[in-house]
Amino acid sequence: MKTINLETQTVRDLNQALHDQAPECTEREWEVLEPKGQHNIACGLDQNLAVDVKGHAGYFCAGMNKKAHVTVHGNVGQGVAENMMSGTVRVKGDASQAAGATAHGGLLVVEGNAGARCGISMKGVDIVVKGDVGHMSCFMGQAGNLVVCGDAGDALGDSLYEVKIYVKGTVKSLGADCIEKEMREEHIQELTELLNRAGVDEDPASFKRYGSARQLYNFKVDNAAAY
Amino acid sequence: MSDDINVKDGLRESATFDRTTMSEIRRAAETGIYDIRGFGAKRKLPHFDDLLFLGASMSRYPLEGYREKCNTSVTLGTRFAKKPIELDIPVTIAGMSFGALSANAKEALGRGASLMGTSTTTGDGGMTPEERGQSSKLVYQYLPSRYGMNPDDLRKADAIEVVLGQGAKPGGGGMLLGQKITDRVAQMRTLPMGVDQRSACRHPDWTGPDDLAIKIQELREITDWQVPIYIKVGATRTYYDVKLAVKAGADVIVVDGMQGGTAATQDVFIEHVGIPTLAAIPQAVQALQEMGMHRKVQLIVSGGIRNGADVAKCMALGADAVAIGTAALVALGCNHPMYDKEFKEIGSAAGFYDDYHEGKDPAGISTQDPELMKRLDPVAGGRKLANYLNVLTLEAQTLARACGKNDLRNLEPEDMVALTVESAAMARVPLAGTSWVPGQKF
Repeated sequence: MKTINLETQTVRDLNQALHDQAPECTEREWEVLEPKGQHNIACGLDQNLAVDVKGHAGYFCAGMNKKAHVTVHGNVGQGVAENMMSGTVRVKGDASQAAGATAHGGLLVVEGNAGARCGISMKGVDIVVKGDVGHMSCFMGQAGNLVVCGDAGDALGDSLYEVKIYVKGTVKSLGADCIEKEMREEHIQELTELLNRAGVDEDPASFKRYGSARQLYNFKVDNAAAY
Repeated sequence: MSDDINVKDGLRESATFDRTTMSEIRRAAETGIYDIRGFGAKRKLPHFDDLLFLGASMSRYPLEGYREKCNTSVTLGTRFAKKPIELDIPVTIAGMSFGALSANAKEALGRGASLMGTSTTTGDGGMTPEERGQSSKLVYQYLPSRYGMNPDDLRKADAIEVVLGQGAKPGGGGMLLGQKITDRVAQMRTLPMGVDQRSACRHPDWTGPDDLAIKIQELREITDWQVPIYIKVGATRTYYDVKLAVKAGADVIVVDGMQGGTAATQDVFIEHVGIPTLAAIPQAVQALQEMGMHRKVQLIVSGGIRNGADVAKCMALGADAVAIGTAALVALGCNHPMYDKEFKEIGSAAGFYDDYHEGKDPAGISTQDPELMKRLDPVAGGRKLANYLNVLTLEAQTLARACGKNDLRNLEPEDMVALTVESAAMARVPLAGTSWVPGQKF
């Protein structure tokens, strides 16, 4: 295992070392010490690495991740795993707003709570939050799955496209064009698999499913009041 | 009043309720929805035509037009990037999306720009292989929608442009209507076919200049600090926006005036939001100069640039380069009179067509219709664009030499005067024949 201490080395040193693994992997396991909330830790990875961040991370931790498996043993700031393409990002603590924003693939697990706009404009990622999510989560979500084991804040799934949202707790309010949908067997199976992948012990049957009513997909003047 | 009305008959058109205004009222009454269109502001605005160069005479020494060199090259991104972009000419191609434009049109833009040693820019919808393949220097736009955004393309780019807004609609997002969403466009944007694709007006994962500074650092980290990072703003509060963009860490700032084009937005937005390009440049330059960053952070200006005189005037006001969008499309054949009959069949006319969002462009440029697209040969289109870029450059050089300048970037505000009080005030140059700059002390 390779260890990088951010008290003595910079985030630039860390990221360059991790990027250097992209053409040829010579060290698969990495440990990052003393992150102390610094921004842009382990972003732009493009290799099947296991990176353990031992502490809190700032904004955009594991941004645009590909293939790598990043675990943050603490809280993260805004935009964790933003635009992730593949791999896994696991946050042991809480995540600030815009967690998993625009992410195309992979799995983001937040073991604590996630703030506002969790999964905003998500494009295929799977996000599992063990706690609550803040307001406007999944705003304009395009594809993928958002699983919330706690409660969801205001305007969940506003202007949603094709994301499937599963919530166990309460939903304070639904956003424009987001509706509750029938939980069929295929959704139970999908949710079971998502929870298993995330390592979360919850009963899939206790969740409700939400999705797009698809009424705002094409602009119609009759819907003007909904915008 | 139009010439086809005989004013001798005593007919007088209202300046307030002219025929265009009345037509729009009738259209609104019929449909109940605002007008969506492409193109840029069509109203008359203070513009570069309102400025004139003072050629050399007794007090200035001109350069020989065909013998003495006048440099046109410019390097962008010298502040932080390991690999700044070297352009042979200071005219670049502005961001226009695949989706709004056909793949052939995007390829033609890349070909034309590459022939002239300059850059072209992606748009909302990601980077196409045709575009990357034919563009020797490609700027990758980082937009609020993040359609098609991925780290592989990010690393293929020669520069990254973080788009905060555009001149045609500062403060507004975009809309690509369902009729232009083919399978390929839908796939690139991760959305179903035929669905209207809204492009958000705000970025999803940062909210202000302090956040933006961190976002820019992230983009630099992902690309190992190799390529320049631009920030593009629509011209509004330009002085403050430029200062904040510098503070956020931009290598290059792009200011797009309200004459800048768009693929689709509300007409009321295009005509009533933003400030003219002419008014924006001095604000941007002042901000850079006050921060000691003029020429260190390069300034690209766009919005209504049509000819070499416009290029030279932008540079005399302090820009390092300009970007063209609408003019580049016209060079490819947009609004060409040869398609007038077909334009009329879809309720428009050559020279007036602006319904880019409908995807029926007879010239095959702003469409995804496979048959219409074939009308634009990307090789021939690229050649035409290169010719046009060449003319812009030659014209700008002609004017610079006449002012005694051996580099386009040596042009300066004192080389110009204004024809109107408004343009003098906006451009901060004297009214012709006077030493009066409105708003400034003698």
